[in-house]
Amino acid sequence: MLPEIVALNTSSSLSVPWWKVVYDFLPLTQWIDSSLHNAMSPFWTTVTEMLIIGVLILLFYALVGLFLVYAERKVCAFMQNRLGPNRVGPFGIFQTIADLFKLLFKELVPIKNADGFLFNLAPFIVIIASFMAIAAIPFAKGLHAIDLNIGVLYVIAVSAMGVIGVLLAGWSSNNKYSLIGAMRSGAQIVSYELSVGLAIITIVIMAGSMQLSVIVEAQRDGWFIFKGHIPAFIAFIIFLISSTAETNRGPFDLAEAESELTAGYHTEYSGIKFAFFFLAEYINMFIVASIAATVFLGGWMPFHVGPWEGFNHIMDFIPPFIWYIGKTFFVIFLMMWFKWTFPRLRIDQLLTLEWKYLLPINLVNVLIMAFIVLMGWHF
Amino acid sequence: MFILFSAMIVIFSILTVTSRKILRAAVFLLFVLVSTSGLYFMLNYQFLAAVQLTLYAGGIVVLIIFSILLTSHISQKFESSGWKKNIFSAIAALTGAILSIITILDYKFSATTEAAKEVNMKLIGKSLLSVDYDGYVLPFEVISVLLLAAMVAAIVIAKKGSPKTIGLSKLNQE
Repeated sequence: MLPEIVALNTSSSLSVPWWKVVYDFLPLTQWIDSSLHNAMSPFWTTVTEMLIIGVLILLFYALVGLFLVYAERKVCAFMQNRLGPNRVGPFGIFQTIADLFKLLFKELVPIKNADGFLFNLAPFIVIIASFMAIAAIPFAKGLHAIDLNIGVLYVIAVSAMGVIGVLLAGWSSNNKYSLIGAMRSGAQIVSYELSVGLAIITIVIMAGSMQLSVIVEAQRDGWFIFKGHIPAFIAFIIFLISSTAETNRGPFDLAEAESELTAGYHTEYSGIKFAFFFLAEYINMFIVASIAATVFLGGWMPFHVGPWEGFNHIMDFIPPFIWYIGKTFFVIFLMMWFKWTFPRLRIDQLLTLEWKYLLPINLVNVLIMAFIVLMGWHF
Repeated sequence: MFILFSAMIVIFSILTVTSRKILRAAVFLLFVLVSTSGLYFMLNYQFLAAVQLTLYAGGIVVLIIFSILLTSHISQKFESSGWKKNIFSAIAALTGAILSIITILDYKFSATTEAAKEVNMKLIGKSLLSVDYDGYVLPFEVISVLLLAAMVAAIVIAKKGSPKTIGLSKLNQE
């Protein structure tokens, strides 16, 4: 899996003014690539590029995690008519950093009679799965670590592997609450994966490709949620519901229902291992939201309205990265809204919702979308 | 990279069959399957790699782990098997390995000068459903029928008697 920024350009200096890089990252990445190639052998170039990307993704991961925890607390407070964190730093923005240090310094409690190897492995599986998914997401034009031709399928495949970590965590803790939490989460994720996949397939039919860059490019003259009429909108709603369930977030957070299971599958974890689960939950939410933004809301493409030339031009001035982040956080805000306004479902209600409502609607929806594309009725 | 992946496959396969804790064996199996998909990524056949990840790692291993969660307890440990069993399974494994090695060595791999094809979704979909010489429509349909049969069988097994008896038992409960 080599990073595919190896589109060789022999020019060894940036050929565009530096501020234009904000609109198109391709010259920058090509410049880095070619100057690295001039400095060392191809093997070491690849190694260095992988290191750079790894460090960047790690940094991004930590920042997004910190910010999302803060945002969740603020949104929750807003929904409940409170202020939320407001003591550490202006508007409490340093609260999550303080919390992070608290988590880092906490003791790692070893569990007697637990399966030590699996117990320690579980948080890593969860976090590696989310890491692998984040690598394939296009952040802006040219800012795309690896552009697989089956991008969407890859992201679904990899992010679904997180459930193995959850199952292992629940079993190896040797605790009945953890075990029940893990079982619930397994049943839930395996069934909702179907809906996520089918909702995305509806859009893949329209785009005619699974490559994320092609999907984004196809939305230059209008986002898919508008282009695809009603089926695309239904698919978007189904995707939101089922991806909320897949990330184990409320109102589907049965795996960690604190009123009945203390903390579900991560009851026995403490310190940094608990932080891993916590962080992975937020990053999974970010990944799901960014897939929704990429596939339905046009990724980093600016908002264009057909004949309004002036309006379109103004929209082009906003850098693609800002568009991408804005859309992603809009979807994240929707998911937080769900969490703090809906009551938690029971497990049988959850499975009924998936198998008796979402799945049939989804199947019919895919058929309708295929028919619309066949007849050329979309924009 | 190839050496790394194949070493991982061999080591974790051995660990899978020698581990005496059942869930650990399942996790080692997961590692084997993930490194196999790494091999597919190396071959630049990304579709197969992703399918390997979704179906085997994300689907089958999850089901295996799920059934282990339902049936066994953490303190459970398997007895190490007797030497007779060990010898016979070693013979069976060796015969299988020798047979496949002989077949591979027999086959003449001719190097092609063709450029590597990019296998995208359209190509796969078209060849799956084409009736031409290179098409795969017959195996595709046969597998669909097999899957349908499996699903019907699963429903029949899971069904609780006829609707009449279900209604009666409900009445009794009330």
